[in-house]
Parts: sequence; C-alpha cells; structure tokens
Amino acid sequence: MTQENISTKHYIKRYLKKCITGPWSLLCGLSVSLKYFFNPKKIVTEQYPENRKTLKMHERYRGRLSMVEDAEGNNHCTACGMCERACPNASINVQPTKNIAGKKVLGRYVYHFASCTQCGLCVEACPFGAIEMSTAFEVATTDVTSLEMILNKKEGQG
Amino acid sequence: MSMTQLPPGFKITRETDSEEFFINMGPQHPSTHGALRLALRMDGETIVEVVPHFGYIHRGLEKQGESMTYLQYIPMTDRQDYLTAIQNNLGVVLAYEKGMNIGVPEKAEYIRVMLSELGRIASHLVFFGCFGGDLGGQTCLLFGFKEREMVHDILEEVTGSRLTTNFFRPGGSRFDVPENFIPRVKAFLDHLEGAMKDYERFLSKNVIALERSVGIGILSKEDAIAFGCSGPVLRASGVDFDVRRANPYSIYDQLDFEVPIAHNGDCHDRYNVRIAEIHESMKILRQCIEKFPKEGPYRSKEKPVKLNPGRYYSEIETAKGLYGTYVVAASGDKPYRIHTRGPSFPHIGVLNKMCQGGKISDLVVVMATLDPVIPEIDR
Amino acid sequence: MYVPSVTNPIGDYVREWVPQLVAYLPESLQGETTCSVIAFAINAIICIIAVCLVNIGSAPILIYMERKVCAHVQCRLGPMRLGWHGTIQTIADVLKMLFKEVYSPQGADKKLFYLAPLIVLIAPFMIAALIPFGHNLLVANVDMGIPLIIAVNGFGVLGILLGGWSSNNKYSLMGSLRSGAQMISYEISFALVLLFVVMVSGSTNLMEITNGQAGTVANWMIFKVPVLGFLAFIMFFIASTAEMNRAPFDIAEAEQELTGGYHTEYTGTPFAMFYLAEYIALVTNSALAVTCFLGGFHAPCIGFESVDQILLKVPGVIWFFAKVYFMIWCYMMVRWTFVRPRVDQLMSFEWKFMLPVNMLLLVGGAAYIALSI
Repeated sequence: MTQENISTKHYIKRYLKKCITGPWSLLCGLSVSLKYFFNPKKIVTEQYPENRKTLKMHERYRGRLSMVEDAEGNNHCTACGMCERACPNASINVQPTKNIAGKKVLGRYVYHFASCTQCGLCVEACPFGAIEMSTAFEVATTDVTSLEMILNKKEGQG
Repeated sequence: MSMTQLPPGFKITRETDSEEFFINMGPQHPSTHGALRLALRMDGETIVEVVPHFGYIHRGLEKQGESMTYLQYIPMTDRQDYLTAIQNNLGVVLAYEKGMNIGVPEKAEYIRVMLSELGRIASHLVFFGCFGGDLGGQTCLLFGFKEREMVHDILEEVTGSRLTTNFFRPGGSRFDVPENFIPRVKAFLDHLEGAMKDYERFLSKNVIALERSVGIGILSKEDAIAFGCSGPVLRASGVDFDVRRANPYSIYDQLDFEVPIAHNGDCHDRYNVRIAEIHESMKILRQCIEKFPKEGPYRSKEKPVKLNPGRYYSEIETAKGLYGTYVVAASGDKPYRIHTRGPSFPHIGVLNKMCQGGKISDLVVVMATLDPVIPEIDR
Repeated sequence: MYVPSVTNPIGDYVREWVPQLVAYLPESLQGETTCSVIAFAINAIICIIAVCLVNIGSAPILIYMERKVCAHVQCRLGPMRLGWHGTIQTIADVLKMLFKEVYSPQGADKKLFYLAPLIVLIAPFMIAALIPFGHNLLVANVDMGIPLIIAVNGFGVLGILLGGWSSNNKYSLMGSLRSGAQMISYEISFALVLLFVVMVSGSTNLMEITNGQAGTVANWMIFKVPVLGFLAFIMFFIASTAEMNRAPFDIAEAEQELTGGYHTEYTGTPFAMFYLAEYIALVTNSALAVTCFLGGFHAPCIGFESVDQILLKVPGVIWFFAKVYFMIWCYMMVRWTFVRPRVDQLMSFEWKFMLPVNMLLLVGGAAYIALSI
C-alpha cells in the first residue's frame, strides 16, 4: 500500500532474512498440524445419536419448562400467576379455576413452547417451587400444535 | 433500499479513464460475520470506499426493554453480543445495583469476575479462529472453537445455558457455583496453557499471516480516540485505556494483571493484544482460584425489583471493548429508558478509514481483527 | 491409408492378436487396413477406460481422504455415518450433486458458461495419458513428454477464465482474473523445474526419466543431485500447488473474500466437474512429481539384498500409487495448515523468489552435469 523508503542494502538484508525465517515459521506450523494429525487422543468429536445413552445434561440445563409433580401427579401450583408476570415473552398462561370449596386453584397451566426463550425467570419467580426447567434437550418437533402444552396433569390442590 | 442500488452519497466516478465499480459485500457473505452489508467502491482489486450498512437484524431491544421489568431485560442483553453474553449480564446488573443501592457479597464478586474472564477467553478464542479462518486457514477456526467449547461447557454447568447465560442478578448471581467449578476451571486453564502454545506456534509467527497482517489496516491513535473505539482495538493503537484499570468495577482493583498495549495499530497488533489478553485472563483466573472464598452467600439478602428514580450509568470492559448501560428509572418496576453503548458499532465506523487503498483481501483481515458482532451493532 | 497406432506394450499385444480375430470376418473386409483400424479402436477404448478409471475412480477416494485428513488435523472425526467410517459418504454426495438442478444466472453467457467446466477437465486427462504407471502401463509413450505436459497444463486456466467471465458476477470475474494471472506466472516456475529434471536426466520422455531413476533410493532425482534435487522438489511442490489452485494458493476461490471465486454461480453437474478437475489435477500433479522426483514405479530399494528382494516382489503399479498417495497426503497437510497470501504477495513471491531460485537451480544443474561428466 505505502511505498517504503529503504536502502537497497537494507532491502536485500530483509529479503534474505525472510528466506530463512519464512520457511522455518511454516515448518513450525506444519509440525503442529502433524502433531494433531497423528494423535487420535486429541479428537473431540462426539458421535451424538450413538452416545445418547451416556449423554447427560447438567442439572441446571434449561431445556423446557415442566411441573414438579409427585408420584400421584399432584403439583404445588397455587395459580398465583407470578410466573406469568415474570415471563418476558408471554409464554405462560395460568388459567385458574375454583374447586368445590370455592377456593382459587390451578385449572390449566398452558405453556407456549414456541415463544419461550428458556431464560428461566419463571422458575426464579415461583414462590412455591412448583415449576422447574427440565433437562430435556431433544425438543424439536414436526408438529406445531405440540408446542402448545398443558403442563399440569391434575387440577391444583391449592 | 434494494441491493442493486447504490447507497446514498455514493457516487461512482464516470470520468475519463476511471474503471471504478460497485460491489456488495454482504448481507450474506462468509466474512462479514453476520448480516452486515458493506457497499464497496472498487478500482479493480483496490478499495476506494467502504460504506457499511446495517439494520438487517434490528430487533429494537432497547425499545422492548421499556415494556419489560428490570429483571426481564437481563436475558435481552444475552442476545446483543452473544459471544460475551455473560459480561453483558454483568454490565446491565451493575447499572441496576447503582439504582437499587445494594451491595454484593464477596463470593458473588469472585463468581462474577471468574465467569467474565472465562467469557473473555471464549470471545478471544473465537477471534483467533475467525482471524485464521478469514486468512484462509480453516484449521485455525476449528482450533479456536475447540477450546471455546470447553469454556461453554463450564458456563453450561454453572449457568444452565451455553450461550444465553442470563446468570447475574442485582446483588449477586442466580445460583451458587457448583462444587467442582474450581477444579474444573483449574483443569481447563492447564489445558489451555498447552493449547495456546500450539496455536501461537501455528499462526503467530507464520510468515504468510505476518505478511497479511503487518502494516495492514492501520488505525492511528488519534483516529481511534476520535471514532470512539475501545477495547483491544483502542489498545492496539497505543492508548492505555482499560475500564478494568481506569474505572475498576467489581474486584478488579484487588487483582494483579497487566493491560497489554501495542503501538502500531495494524492488524497484527490487534491480534497480539488479544492473544496477550487471553494470557492475562488466565492470570486473573488463577488469582481468583487462589482467593476464592469457600463460604459465604452468593447473593445479597434483599432482592429489590425496582430502581430508585434517577439516571444510572455503568461501564464494563467486555472482550470487545467498552460496554456501557444507561438506565433512566422512573417509578414502577420498568425502566423509562434503557440504552446500551456497544463496542462494535464504533468499530464498524472506522472501517472506511482503515481500508481505503487496500485490497479486498485486506478488508477481510481488518474485519476479522475489529471482531464486530452484528447483533450488538443492530440491537 | 494411415492409421495412428497406440505405442505401448499392451497396444503391441493387441496388434499381434487382432489378425487372428480378423480371420473370422468375410473375405472382402480382410486386409491390412481393417487390421490396423480394429487394433487402433480396441487400443483406444482400453486407453480411454484406463485413463477414466484412474482419474474419475480416484476422485471419490481423494474427496474422502481430504475430508478425513482435514478432520484429523482439526481434531474431528470427519464423515462417520454412511458405510464403515463414512466410506460411502462421497458417493452419496456425488449422487446428490448429479441430481441437483442445473441453472445459469440471469445474464450469463450460457454457451460459455456450460463449456467452461468441460475445458477445465481436458488438461488433467491429457496429462494422465502421458504418465507411466508401471513397467508396461503407459497410454502414450511420447518422446516430447515434458514439453507436452507444460503445454497442456496451461489449458485449465482457459476454462476458469471463461467460467468466471460468463457467470455475470463480479466476484466470479475477480476470481477468474486472479486465477489467470496466478497460473500464467507460476507456469514459468513449473516449466523451469521440469527443465531442470530434463537437464539432469537427459530426456524428455517420461518413461526414460523414470527408468533413469532405477536402482536404489539414491538414484531418485530428489537424492541423485545433492541438495539441488531436494530444492527442485520443493520448488515443484510450490509451483504445482499454485497450478492446481489449491490452498494456500487458492486465491482464485478465496472463499472468505470472493465467496467461491470462479465457481460461485455453478451448481449441480457443472460444479461437480470443476470439483472433479481439481482432484484429478491433484492426482496428475502428484503422479508427475513421483515420476520426475521419486523414482516413478521403481521400488524404494535401499541397497541391502535381502530387503530389496522383498520390495521388488511388489508390482510397480502399487509402488507408484503408494508414492502418489503419499504426495497427495503432503498436499493435503499443506492445504490444511497454511493461510492464504494476498494477490500481490502471491505474484511477488513468484517473480521475486521462485523465478530467481529456479534460474539458480538451472545453473546449478548445469554445473552438476559438467562436473559429473
């Protein structure tokens, strides 16, 4: 780009120096790639569908929202709506209902997975520990309607 | 404006023997690092003028923030500079803390610094990869991303997500670090030490890489300051400015580290500064591992959700440069206005100055060493 | 009537055998001319099949090999899914490529656009016909082998120039112009190195060059002339890399700058042809390097009787292809290690470094011959 003003002697000196250092630096680079080529231990590829059994996500991994339920399917949700308010993209829709005693309990916990960004703010906001982020990571689907799910199996117990 | 049209104020000289022509680089181009369009006026292979055009992935994050609560805005910062999401979290949280008037426990400070430095290492490794990749050595790209993946494994274990961390909260962080965090970081640092030796051997002295980067895209000290550059780009031009040193936040004033600077302001200097910063980050991490408090809370007792009315500004040094957050708080739990000062935007601005008279290949190298992240420019 | 004949051992065998076949034909057709025409036809078919087999057959192997070499340098595994360790992957890719729609961009010069990939294929096929693969395996035993190779090798640039120019795309045009400038410059070095070989071996016939290197490893051109031979080999390596447009000299493609260069606009079969030409050129250039510098089809005898006995039992073709694949591996390691120089740096490297060194090499070669006589 810019024209240099250097003497011929200096130019030749630099040229010859480059003739020595240049190939040496290339050989250094080649030695690294040869080292990596002949060392199968360095391979980091994971064969994903094959290693599915051994693959375990970290406990805190934020996959998909799910409800904490005991063996009988009871949940802790009181339909307070804190999670709904904490959600930045309105992915949660808590629909309360009234039980026989006339108390407000959870009717349907509708979760729009398509608009969820898995930020986990809802879990943080829940005062009862009723929801959690599950470690499911294979969440892709070919059916759009399956992205809108109802998380609770039973109505809330209050 | 359509792709075939020339940008406004962009004239191709139709004078006697001029053979200038217009060429579109992007929005879909392998080396514009995202949906960035560079309109180039070329004279053969030589660049006469570069006009950057952006906005292809503008999402209006700042405007969205006005309709969100303060906490809800934290995940939005992940989606600005996605390579250093964890540091962006810190930036916005520091501004909130000023408005909330709360302190941070010591352990939380260490968690913050350690994760930020891990994020810096990850971002600079991506730079290493992209720099090599843009020079034509695809192997560098894979090398850089290989080690970055390990950082992201650590981040995933701590925060629950690889890229969009959403981890820091006013007064601390979302979780405590898991038990094996410190040994894991230690093992990673030991591994990175050896790997960086290999990688520097691979690229740093390579005569072709030197030819491609020495004396290319020179950014003078005055220009760097005038255009508002920050981070490694500014420091490579010889300005000794690092927010961690000049205006320390968190516990950076208690840590012993150096701010690498270079004086030529060319592409090779920017590369060197970033590689040196990886080593400095490793030094910081080792100090943190030694000093890391075993006991103590990771988050302050009080968990306010509102800021006291007023204006608050915080700035941090992310891997790309100065990341400032300006919050205007009114009553209520939503910000009146929230603004981000991202480092990549000014860097794109100097592109024209640096590339004029260079070849189209130089533009690619300059783009790589400026290391812009397009979602952060567009927001 | 003059009928050209194929001059190689298999051709001789066919010529001896054809008169017996012709005897079965009706009287009126028998005669000298029929014999030679049939012999030529059979020979030509054999030659065409052989050349195609070597060239087209090696392309999928090379693509697979390139993927694996590149993957292992980059700490990856490469293709693993289809077949054992992904061996069928390339065939599946070729099929995919063939079934893709072929179309040309708006405003493209369609005739030239589709002609260009064919022209690119000519040069490597012609060179493959000149190279002796074994003691008796040679398609055309041409006395002016080396000059012919030099002449033909420059043909590929025409296809690249046409392809880039007819695409009606500025990136393609820039890529093809770069390629034109590069290949024309490096042609000089390429020719000069081959001249060095001709000077030392005293023949332009590739078979004679190979046979001149018979004996032990020390007789190979690379070791025959101390230091100079090795230097010439390195020069040939660099020049042929540039001739093939392979990284680190792939400025014509330059994915990061020109998004693919001259073949940006090509899809489907025409693109596959460019791809094929690239890999066939890799085979022919490696074969040329092996013929000129690494002793061709001769076994790497080291001078010990017992070892040499075993080595000589292996047929020459196997030695030849073993050496060729070693050369290809070298080209691949270089490709996946180095970064790409800039256009002007590439040219100054040729004119300021390669050319003077090659001139000195020629002088050195002359001095060596003068001293050894």
